[in-house]
Amino acid sequence: MHAAVVVFPGSNCDRDLAVALERAGARVSMVWHKDTAMPDGVDLIGVPGGFSFGDYLRCGAIAANSPICRAVKDHADRGGYVLGVCNGFQILTETRVLPGTLLRNAGLKYICRAVPLTVVTTDSAFTCSYDAGQTITVPIAHHDGNYHADAETLRALTAEDRIAFRYGDNPNGSADDIAGILSPNRRVLGMMPHPERMAEAAHGGTDGAAIFDGLVKQLEHA
Amino acid sequence: MKARVHIMLKTGVLDPQGEAVRHALGSLGFDGVNSVRQGKVIELDLKDGTDEATIKDMCERLLANTVIESYRVEIL
Repeated sequence: MHAAVVVFPGSNCDRDLAVALERAGARVSMVWHKDTAMPDGVDLIGVPGGFSFGDYLRCGAIAANSPICRAVKDHADRGGYVLGVCNGFQILTETRVLPGTLLRNAGLKYICRAVPLTVVTTDSAFTCSYDAGQTITVPIAHHDGNYHADAETLRALTAEDRIAFRYGDNPNGSADDIAGILSPNRRVLGMMPHPERMAEAAHGGTDGAAIFDGLVKQLEHA
Repeated sequence: MKARVHIMLKTGVLDPQGEAVRHALGSLGFDGVNSVRQGKVIELDLKDGTDEATIKDMCERLLANTVIESYRVEIL
C-alpha cells in the first residue's frame, strides 16, 4: 500500500503520521505543498495535523487553496482514500471534501489530553479493525475542534452512518459529540483526535493503531 | 481603490469569543449587553476598476467560510 503524506509549512504531525502508516506496513512518500501532483500509484493521502500557514485567516483555509490540495481533491473525487487528522480535518472541510467546519472550542481553551472516543461505525477501511460501540482512548490537541454543520448535514451524517467517532465527554462543544466523519463513499475520514499519537506502546497506548492497520489491510487487497 | 470586507459568523452559529467579551463587559459593570458578536475586517488595496463581482469571488473562495460566515463588501 502506497501512502502520500502532505507537508505544509506549519505541519507538525506529518512524520508521526508517516511513522504510524509505515508501522502498519505502508510505503510512504512525503509530498510538498507546492507540488501539483501525487506520486504515481498512491492509494491513500494523509493530511496531517499542525498549523498550516500559521492558521492565518481560518484554520486550514490557506492550505486548502495550495497547489497540492487540488490533487488531494481530485484524488478524493476519483474515489481515492484520504485521511485528515486535526488540521488535516480542518483542511478537508475548507476544501469541501467533507461537510461542515471546525469552530473555536466552546471553552475557548486549547485542549491537549487523551479523551475517550466511541467507534460509531465499523463500515469503513479506517474503522473496520474496531468493534462497533468500542471505546478507545486517543489524544486531542486543538483550539478549533468544535465541529459545526447545519441541521440537514447532521441528519444526513447520522442517517448515512457517516459518523466515525464520537467523544465520550465532548471536550470542545462539537455538534452531536462528533469527533470524526466519513465522506458519502466512506473513503475520506476527517477526525480531530490524533490516532498517530496512540499507535505504539511507547505512546502510552495503541488504540489508534487499528486505523492504520485497517487501512493497510483493506488497501493491500484493493 | 480600496475595499473593506466585513466578515461575521452567521446568526445561530455559537460565537464563544463574542460570549467571552459579553461576560467581560458585564464584569466591568456594563449592564444590558444582550449579546456580542465578534467578526473580522479585511482591507484590500486593489487595482483601480476592480469590479465588485471579483471581490465577492475572493470572499467566496478564500476570505469567508460561507458554511458559517456571512460577509459584506464596502468599496471605499
